[in-house]
Amino acid sequence: MQSSVSIKDVSLNFGSVPVLQHLDLEVGQGEFIVLLGPSGCGKSTLLNCIAGLLDVSGGQIFIGGKNVTWAEPKDRGIGMVFQSYALYPQMTVERNLSFGLRVAGMPKDEINKRVKRAAEILQLEPFLQRKPANLSGGQRQRVAIGRALVRDVDVFLFDEPLSNLDAKLRSDLRVEIKRLHQRLKNTMIYVTHDQIEALTLADRIAVMKNGIIQQLADPHTIYNKPVNLYVAGFIGSPQMNMLEGTLNGTTFTTDDGTVIPVGNYAFTAPATGSAKAVLGVRPEHIVMGEEAASMPYSTDVEIEIVEPMGSDTLAWTKIAGKPVTFRCDSDVVISTGQKVRVGFDPARGSIFNAETTNRL
Amino acid sequence: MTDIGRSGAMGRPVEADKPPGLLYNIFVRNITAKIAASPMVAIVLIVFIGCTLWSVWFSFTDSRSLPNGDFVGWAQYERLFSARRWKISATNLLTYGIFSLVFTMVVGFLLAVLMDQKLRFEDGFRTIFLYPFALSGIVTGLVWQWIMNPTLGLQSTIRGLGWTSFTFDWITNTDMVLYALLIAGTWHGTGFVMVLMLAGLRSIDGEIWKAARVDGIPAWRTYLQIVLPMMRGVIVTTLVIVGSGIVRTYDLVVALTNGGPGLSSEVPAKYVINYMFTAGNLGQALAASTIMLVAVFVILIPWIMIEFGPKKAR
Amino acid sequence: MTNITAVDEPSGPRPSKGFNPKRIVIYGIIIVAAMYYLLPLYVMITTSLKGLPEIRVGNIFAPPLEIITIEPWVKAWTSACTGLTCEGLAPGFWNSVKITVPSTIISVLVAAVSGYALVNWRFKGSEFFFTCLLLGSFIPYQVMLYPMVMITAQLKIFGTLWAVILVHTVFGMPILVLLFRNYFASLPQELFKAARVDGAGFWRIFIQIMVPMSLPIFAVAIILQVTGIWNDFLFGVVFAGTQNYPMTVQLNNIVNSTQGVREYNVNMAATILTAAVPLLVYFVSGKWFVRGIAAGAVKG
Repeated sequence: MQSSVSIKDVSLNFGSVPVLQHLDLEVGQGEFIVLLGPSGCGKSTLLNCIAGLLDVSGGQIFIGGKNVTWAEPKDRGIGMVFQSYALYPQMTVERNLSFGLRVAGMPKDEINKRVKRAAEILQLEPFLQRKPANLSGGQRQRVAIGRALVRDVDVFLFDEPLSNLDAKLRSDLRVEIKRLHQRLKNTMIYVTHDQIEALTLADRIAVMKNGIIQQLADPHTIYNKPVNLYVAGFIGSPQMNMLEGTLNGTTFTTDDGTVIPVGNYAFTAPATGSAKAVLGVRPEHIVMGEEAASMPYSTDVEIEIVEPMGSDTLAWTKIAGKPVTFRCDSDVVISTGQKVRVGFDPARGSIFNAETTNRL
Repeated sequence: MTDIGRSGAMGRPVEADKPPGLLYNIFVRNITAKIAASPMVAIVLIVFIGCTLWSVWFSFTDSRSLPNGDFVGWAQYERLFSARRWKISATNLLTYGIFSLVFTMVVGFLLAVLMDQKLRFEDGFRTIFLYPFALSGIVTGLVWQWIMNPTLGLQSTIRGLGWTSFTFDWITNTDMVLYALLIAGTWHGTGFVMVLMLAGLRSIDGEIWKAARVDGIPAWRTYLQIVLPMMRGVIVTTLVIVGSGIVRTYDLVVALTNGGPGLSSEVPAKYVINYMFTAGNLGQALAASTIMLVAVFVILIPWIMIEFGPKKAR
Repeated sequence: MTNITAVDEPSGPRPSKGFNPKRIVIYGIIIVAAMYYLLPLYVMITTSLKGLPEIRVGNIFAPPLEIITIEPWVKAWTSACTGLTCEGLAPGFWNSVKITVPSTIISVLVAAVSGYALVNWRFKGSEFFFTCLLLGSFIPYQVMLYPMVMITAQLKIFGTLWAVILVHTVFGMPILVLLFRNYFASLPQELFKAARVDGAGFWRIFIQIMVPMSLPIFAVAIILQVTGIWNDFLFGVVFAGTQNYPMTVQLNNIVNSTQGVREYNVNMAATILTAAVPLLVYFVSGKWFVRGIAAGAVKG
């Protein structure tokens, strides 16, 4: 796959504070990459560096095979969409879309053609003569996307574009962005702290922390095979259950002495000796009742709290003395105090070295 | 001065079974709060409303040194607008006001833009530009009177350097004295405008600037076509404050020229004080002050329209 | 690219723009502007340190070359003639202190309570009164001056310090109430509601909850009032009576009195002395002062 955006050894320091540390990232043509992480992890900073809004302290950035490390944002072949929309409030939607093109001195009919196309794609035709103040949040964000669209560029950058919208609109616009990507087939780099957005939109997700990309992989791998404890804990809601203990060959012994056989677990490297380790199991991978009995590990527990979520039900209990949540079908009737048998397959879980926090 | 009366909680006590009566509402509910706010209410009723109405009323009398004259209709106003001194005062204020307003606003905005360029020592520069605003009109007037002193000030200094025909005698020149006033006035006031404008500039969403850069819009166009229109509120507020300050101009003139040479730098505020306390023609003074009041409210109209007019749908 | 030879492609930070012409122009303009603003301060100080013969040479911008003398300062403070008497500015200074201190305290306290009542204890018409107050702040003082003279005369305080204090309190109200009202409105309302649920009343909430949270705005208000009242000329000259004239009035009398030889050095020393208090407040408070003037205008 040909590279559309490539980031080579990029670093950025604010004064003596390193914000980005020797980052490398190759984004393929037409790929949808999501930069995911908590606030302050450097994801927006990286996006601003790609856009040219921030100068890097070291390294190079290529867009479309061109070295743009020193180029002005307008010359990089990018369009950008911001969290606060950043629409020009005194201008109509049409002016907002066309202003950059007018300043660049583009011929009138070409401008009209592009504005018309963008308005059609984003269904903005009825609003072209309105001012941003008279639009809803979702419409404003579509105008912001339109402003990137008329630039006719290969790379779209999104900086938390949905964070200012309410939950309902957010999921609507999420689908629209996905549809837009499928139609335009542009390269898109999308920054968010919302893992649902990341998992639903991305071809690949880059999970970031402290200016370092922790893991870069497709959503399925990120979710099921997190490379370290940080990624495992950050992705998934409710969080992955973590059991601390000691790994000895193919047996995992929790701190309170419970033995969990992990023989069918696909280790990245052959297990050697005994070491402190953490066994992580996603709530939906813990099953209940008859199914549990067929699992490599099962045990009898008492339900402590039941949280019906609508589509499914979340139950709280204890395994090996540690609080554990698991998910079950909303039709299953369970109640607090009930004794049930639960079990899981460690092969579907993740085992991490407790010291390095890396996946084993 | 924008956010008027939209936030804040209603501090009502728990309602009894029966809806409280009108008298209860007026006198008993939140009685402590009403007592505490009574100085403010009294000031509004007695001073800002009462005294103003009183002055307007007595401007229609022929009161001399005491407010006991007979009602004479518009006579004082007719006399006012035919008085040479008033004509000079009003024209002076208009000329000075327009120049001063335009000059302080433009220079204040330009300084704010310069200050917005991530300067080193920004705090230092701001301190320098603003300190005149901390000084009184009297001090400002006296300093500039000294600098512009034709025999010993700037003029003589430049002549002493060899340019013997150099002339800078505005302060004693009937035709130029208003511009001398302008120099002192803008020195005093531009720092204030700059601070307000800078606060306005800084309140603009940084993402607007990023969006403009991505769009390839040059900085000067961003300031002119995007940022400036977004600062409409700040600009109107500043205009109103500066404008109503100009109408009141008094100390500066008293200290700088005391209205001279002759009557060439008289202003309405001085006219009022003069007729009120020196010339003993109260009716005339109050008529003049009423005209000042009208002038201020004309200046206030744009602000009132924005503040109290229909709110734009969000 | 200055020192990069091995790499033939852009890499790392953009080449330094430290010396580009645009920034030089920006700094050039701003430094020239700063010099213009500083000039009067410089002239004031140098003139006040020169002797009269040196002043008569006629170079106002020259630093004091012959002898630096503090004699003008001493004379300005102790023996310059302010019209009838020749006791210098000292009495005026103390008059200004006697006016400024009580006026500031009273007006700030009244305004704080009013602002608090406006935000948290609204009553019927409270917004009306506030709007009137705000519009009132734009009414030229000349309009209300004579009725105020009559009121203070009725109260038998005309021509005393109390008249000036009353007038400053009244005319300081609009901006101060606005300041406090906006500040109190920005505090979380839950705090006030919680205190009410706990059974605290008007004064207890004000003193124990609002005031401790509002010290910054009290500082701003005090700075605003101290400089404003100290700089006042009109109310002092009208209401105080001859023996109570504040410093600004005395200063104007010293400088603009037409008798005798004009002692420019003494005049400038007197001017600095009069400007000293607001300047000191300004330089010490710095950002608070800025906040004060901006708070009245750009809030919201």
